Amino acid sequence: MKNSYKITDERFEASQNAFRSYTIGFVLSLVLTFIPYFMVTKQVFGASSLLVAIVFFGIAQLFVQVIFFLHLHPKSRPHWNIIVFVYTLVIVAFLVVGSLWIMHNLNTNMMGKTPFNSNEGYVPSFDKNK
Amino acid sequence: MFGKLTTEALPYDPLVLAATALIVLVACSAIGALFYFKRWTWLWKEWITSVDHKKIGIMYILLSIVMLFRGFSDAVMMRSHQVLAVGEAKGFLPPDHYDQVFTAHGVIMIFFVAMPLMFGLINLMTPLQIGARDVAFPFLNSMSFWFTAFGALLMNTSLVIGDFARTGWLAYPPLSGLEYSPGVGVDYYIWAIQIAGIGTLISGINFFATILMMRCKGMTLMRMPVFTWTVFCSMILVVISFPILTATLALLSFDRLFDMHFFTSSFGGNPMMYVNLIWAWGHPEVYILILPAFGIFSEVVVSFARKKLFGYTSMIYATIAITVLSFLVWVHHFFTMGAGANVNAFFGIMTMIIAIPTGVKIFNWLFTMYRGRIRFASPMLWMMGFIATFTFGGMTGVLLSVPGIDFQLHNSLFLVAHFHNTIIGGVLFGYFAGITYWFPKIFGFTLNERLGKLAFWHWIVGFFVTFTPLYILGFMGMTRRLQHIGDPEWKPLLIVAAIGTAIIGIGIAIQVLQFIVSIKNRKQNLDTTGDPWDGRGLEWSTSSPPPHYNFAVIPTVYGRHPFWDVKYSPTHVPLVPVYEDIHMPKNTAVGFYIGGLAFVFGFCIVWHIMWLAVLAFIGMIACVIVRSFDEDREYVIHKDELLRIELLRHGGKL
Amino acid sequence: MFTNNTHHNQDPHHEVEYSKEDKALFGFWAYLMSDCLLFACLFEVYAVLKNSTFGGPTSQELFNMPFVLVQTLILLTSSFTYGLVSLHAHHTNHARKVLAWLSVTFLLGLAFLSMEIYEFMVLINEGHGPSTSAFLSAFFVLLGTHGAHVLVGLIWMAVLFVQVYKKGLTVANTGKLAVLGLFWHFLDIIWIFIFTIVYLMGVI
Repeated sequence: MKNSYKITDERFEASQNAFRSYTIGFVLSLVLTFIPYFMVTKQVFGASSLLVAIVFFGIAQLFVQVIFFLHLHPKSRPHWNIIVFVYTLVIVAFLVVGSLWIMHNLNTNMMGKTPFNSNEGYVPSFDKNK
Repeated sequence: MFGKLTTEALPYDPLVLAATALIVLVACSAIGALFYFKRWTWLWKEWITSVDHKKIGIMYILLSIVMLFRGFSDAVMMRSHQVLAVGEAKGFLPPDHYDQVFTAHGVIMIFFVAMPLMFGLINLMTPLQIGARDVAFPFLNSMSFWFTAFGALLMNTSLVIGDFARTGWLAYPPLSGLEYSPGVGVDYYIWAIQIAGIGTLISGINFFATILMMRCKGMTLMRMPVFTWTVFCSMILVVISFPILTATLALLSFDRLFDMHFFTSSFGGNPMMYVNLIWAWGHPEVYILILPAFGIFSEVVVSFARKKLFGYTSMIYATIAITVLSFLVWVHHFFTMGAGANVNAFFGIMTMIIAIPTGVKIFNWLFTMYRGRIRFASPMLWMMGFIATFTFGGMTGVLLSVPGIDFQLHNSLFLVAHFHNTIIGGVLFGYFAGITYWFPKIFGFTLNERLGKLAFWHWIVGFFVTFTPLYILGFMGMTRRLQHIGDPEWKPLLIVAAIGTAIIGIGIAIQVLQFIVSIKNRKQNLDTTGDPWDGRGLEWSTSSPPPHYNFAVIPTVYGRHPFWDVKYSPTHVPLVPVYEDIHMPKNTAVGFYIGGLAFVFGFCIVWHIMWLAVLAFIGMIACVIVRSFDEDREYVIHKDELLRIELLRHGGKL
Repeated sequence: MFTNNTHHNQDPHHEVEYSKEDKALFGFWAYLMSDCLLFACLFEVYAVLKNSTFGGPTSQELFNMPFVLVQTLILLTSSFTYGLVSLHAHHTNHARKVLAWLSVTFLLGLAFLSMEIYEFMVLINEGHGPSTSAFLSAFFVLLGTHGAHVLVGLIWMAVLFVQVYKKGLTVANTGKLAVLGLFWHFLDIIWIFIFTIVYLMGVI
């Protein structure tokens, strides 16, 4: 970025800010890792509450790492990065939620009702001669 | 040592042998010509190692034209076979060959004709429209092209060595799995598409970054040409949707290579999941193809109706709406798979909603034409043909979006006619319009107008003669991909469809003739001004063809029609240009090498020649690493040289 | 990484010109968005197939949680140490410290990958390889894809080490370090999701 010069006050402060950012991010991430880990391995709550809890902690850690490690926040430039990131997350949500909904419905309707290797009620009538 | 590859892979079927002979003949002629005219060095220096977006664009379009011949031959084979396979008659293509023909037809037309044609035009025009000298990542641009070209080569190799998939162009499992397709066909399919797909993804990133970061001064987003906007949105769709294709085909390849169980019918696999994933890609894909064509129509209609575009802002918002909505409709490709009423209702309604922004665009074009002073040059004919044809196809799409109706028409010829209607009427007509419109800019001379118009009429008449019978046959109950037709009542319509195909074939022949005649007569049809159509965008301010650096001085724009302002605005003050040294990227062979190694890798994976596949893969990584150490990537054009070239162009004046 | 202090103005008339390094960083960010979709697909496939064990062992029976916790902490620490690489590359301009922290990150990444390969070998030797059931196919491919990305990151790190060692913290090298940083942090973020969705949800 710049040629090497002596560290000026301004650059020292910038490096201190960066150090602070990474350290806070690291400590928060550690905490947000340990808590759900012990909640799950010690089975502190019931299954559905645990599920909600670990999703919450996962998303929280996502935010922590995006802000403190990737430095992605409303003031960062170019501001296209955030727009692109939000768009991607929205589409991921559409696709994952949509696919889970679709697959759940497909599995309920189509799997297990008739065994796959039975021809009950279905007679194929294509011409087998080549 | 050679995996599964034996001499049994060579062709023995007479038709395939004939095709092989033709390919060998053409290849030998091309190689012979290069030796005879001593053009190997020229080919290497000027084209193969080029990182110039204009040259890469031309190569993409040449690739798509070559593959169009192969894809169209498949179409001719299918139409003529079906006519000859009704009732007692057997046709001339046995089922396992016919199945490969319809699969290859789909794969070639989408991945090796439509996509390269699109990227060709995008490459040619996007930097010129935004006032840039090249794309953001010229080396990656070259590499992307070579990935696509070598993917096409892998596809063509399947014709000569081994066979191709017999599964349809989307290769649904379990048919495409190891148990029911044990041969190499599906593997050729997977790797040709994966290799080309990587090229496409990288190009998507390239143009996305180019448009956001390399616009000239003053060109805010809302001042960009409409073509640039649609390219921008199409590239967003590419970046977000192509990983889905890559992932899904990779999972299929793992099922086949490593005996995994993603889509197998036992061991817990779920074939329906493949269909869900592949269409989550497949639907955005068709919008990827159509959006730049819409952009071209916006450019063409403005030039030839000689009127400003009606509703620029609504055009842009409609395009952005499509960029979001196209990820919310994909289930309409498998209403009949059994997801139930709630799922089908939601996606059916979303499909109807996504027709609205397209409708907005159609009305904007019509309102632009209204009270314009229309010149019926061939680009305008393609555009008007599009309005008629594509609207019809879109309406049959809305019909299909009703799940109840789709249950009757899914996988019938009605569906086949619908998507050909939109792809030919929309995508193909659009890119033909673009080629005709921008050809003089790229090559410096105009195409023969008479032949262009003649080709257009053959295409549009041929299209309707081919596909109207198919719509009717769909309603009558005929399904797609039939190798044998039991119902003799369908024969007359199939004959009409075959005649339509012949008409399109004549249209293609006329287009080839148009190129030959135009090149022969080029000296009489030179575009000396750089602005043959009285255009409005920055691309028309360059010479025809543009110099390799595009713009000697990067322009500053103050509105949506920068070149129009330069020509006609009374307040415009032409500035005396101040030239500075320009840095341009150097040519490099590394993109070509990486693409070639990708071809070797793909071929070896198909035939299970694992040791060589690993070597090729390592080779690709080594190329990337070696390139990263290369610091000598630019050369300088000195300002005196710039001055000299620009003086020559302007006849001694600045 | 993305900074606060370039291009203060909102740039309404589009006057900005971007450097090659800015373009590379942004282009790579766009690539990471595509990678998000790739992993989203693999996660979705895993979610659909995670109970399709074909009568074989389930996630509850297979996962070694303390081992996974250690892996997670190693990768998280490596993300922090890469932050120190960025700090010294961008702010203090100290090539030796960059090389030192780059080596630490590399070793941590290598440890993470070795642990993952070990876990895979154990499962395969016990007869729970990827071809035994759909659940295991999905597990191996999701984790394997992440692991393959980590391997690419390590190779990249080694190459950059050589380049910084030879040429120092040039503009180009600092730019490349920033791009690798994006990649490395991204991989840790994906691992958070793997840790949560595969392992934690797998043993509830």
